[in-house]
Amino acid sequence: MKRGLRCGLLGALCASLLAGCGGSDDGENSISLLNVSYDPTRELYQDLNPRFAEAWYRETGQNLSFRMSHGGSGSQARAVIDGLEADVVTLALSFDVDAIHQRAGLLPADWQQRLPDNSAPYTSTIVFLVRTGNPLNIRDWDDLVRPGVQVITPNPKTSGGARWNYLAAWGYALLNAPDDLDEEGRQAYARDFTARLYANVPILDRAARAATNTFVQRRIGDVFLSWENEAMLAINELGPGQVEIVVPSVSILAEPTVAVVDAIVDRRGTRAVAEAYLNFLYTEEGQELAARHYFRPRNAEVLGRFRDQFPPLNLFTVDEMFGGFGEAQRVHFDDGGEFDRFFERSR
Amino acid sequence: MASVIARGTGLAHQAARAPGVADSPLARRILIGVSVLFLGAMLIAPLLTVFGYALYQGIDRYLAGILEPAAWSAIQLTLLTAAICVPLNTVFGVAAAWAITKFEFRGKSLLISLIDLPFSVSPVIAGLVFVILFGAQGFLGPWLRANDVQIIFAVPGIVLATLFVTFPFVARELIPLMQAQGTGNEEASVSLGAGGFRTFWRVTLPNIKWGLLYGVILCNARAMGEFGAVSVVSGHIRHQTNTMPLHVEILYNEYQFVAAFAVASLLALLALVTLAVKTAIESAVARSARLAAH
Repeated sequence: MKRGLRCGLLGALCASLLAGCGGSDDGENSISLLNVSYDPTRELYQDLNPRFAEAWYRETGQNLSFRMSHGGSGSQARAVIDGLEADVVTLALSFDVDAIHQRAGLLPADWQQRLPDNSAPYTSTIVFLVRTGNPLNIRDWDDLVRPGVQVITPNPKTSGGARWNYLAAWGYALLNAPDDLDEEGRQAYARDFTARLYANVPILDRAARAATNTFVQRRIGDVFLSWENEAMLAINELGPGQVEIVVPSVSILAEPTVAVVDAIVDRRGTRAVAEAYLNFLYTEEGQELAARHYFRPRNAEVLGRFRDQFPPLNLFTVDEMFGGFGEAQRVHFDDGGEFDRFFERSR
Repeated sequence: MASVIARGTGLAHQAARAPGVADSPLARRILIGVSVLFLGAMLIAPLLTVFGYALYQGIDRYLAGILEPAAWSAIQLTLLTAAICVPLNTVFGVAAAWAITKFEFRGKSLLISLIDLPFSVSPVIAGLVFVILFGAQGFLGPWLRANDVQIIFAVPGIVLATLFVTFPFVARELIPLMQAQGTGNEEASVSLGAGGFRTFWRVTLPNIKWGLLYGVILCNARAMGEFGAVSVVSGHIRHQTNTMPLHVEILYNEYQFVAAFAVASLLALLALVTLAVKTAIESAVARSARLAAH
């Protein structure tokens, strides 16, 4: 009896050990890629990877298998810096890929010029989620600073994604500042507008996921600021009919960037397949998959086919409005920055 | 011996209670009610929520959540990690507890403090320490890379982090027990001619077997449930470095509530099994104590 139990345990241990070893590459004719990505791209790559693997097999006869890692964009970049062996990174913004260059030197400084469209094959933007029927008639950013409107957005100090909500509001205010103001006056106008918006935020959640719960499940607030792709995913996953999307007149262009990690593909001998993989994102098939998973495709023809899903709006970039994400980070979100100052005052 | 003490304290309790608020039924009911309410709100309701969410779309969706390949590989990794960590920490825990309680040596209190270290350090810090040691930017990173050894963001890192976090459980369980037992039995054994090894197998180990088992169970529960330290060193690679707790978080973040709670219910089941085994052990201890008393 006792011996039987012991053998059983040993057997289970051996089985799990064997299973743990089963994932490695066997032989010349197979190759694997690790794509280190951020949270909202899971379904996109789940759909896209097998299609590329099939195309790669037809072209080269090589069996390609994928390993995916998802997490917060900043912490994923940190993991690559600390040694996570990513052949390619597909992160939320260029700032995080820059960090991999600056802190670990795994790819060159000019990485962003190596692929078209700033190495961002698909884009997204910040839109509004409102309750079905839009009872408060929310149309544009000005409606968010109306007294009595409750806005749900996470804390931009702790949530990387939420910084885009903040910058979108600030940028909108800069574009709509009265013409007779000088640069300082325009900034003051934008500061006042953004401060009023955040004064309408009843709960400043720590992360995007928690804020989604606050808005959708706990039904707190009138407007939820969200990345467009995540808003569509949330509607789709949580059941349509509760909330709907309002696209404002102006918003910020979010450019999730992709890059081959040179130091790692050269060591693992995967450069050719890694480059082909990222180029596949720019093909019509890749663009169509991106659109189907709620990212705005760069290809105008594909975008045209998804017009109903992606209404046109004016988009500004972080570079033209804030001088880059690093600069925006320094001015607005670092300790003692713009956000801290007006948030302290409002307490 | 133990039963004598137990009976003694039981008598003392009765004696102390008699002249007090002797059994005011109202006070008793309020106390019981508060305890039950608190237990219900803090323990039972969350537990039921886990199983409720896991099953509310039917047993098929529940099973699909558990049998899905990524979930299955997370379960395997968690079992593998526990299968490595628990035996190692058991051997270490017994050795340390034996050394500390049966011998006098310099630096003993330092050793006790060190054993407690993983309890007092946040698991996230523990994970970061391993990243700083073995990560690409860390002290040993360049050497590891040159020799093609991957520790962080691979299974060895997860095992190391779990080993660190579960380190004190067995030793901490045994030390008070062995201190209470003293060295008398061992001294008798040695004086009758048994060697050190034989004394350990025939005298010490039987004395501590229940405490040891209890420590092993706690150690195992933590090894399977650890989140913070493992999250830092995992790299979150699907099918490869996701343990069950990490997989639960990922599924939840992807709006896959049923699958997330299905995997979570497995962890909860583990906790319930642990509880049952612990209760069984306690009653076995009580029984053997009664037998010893007769």
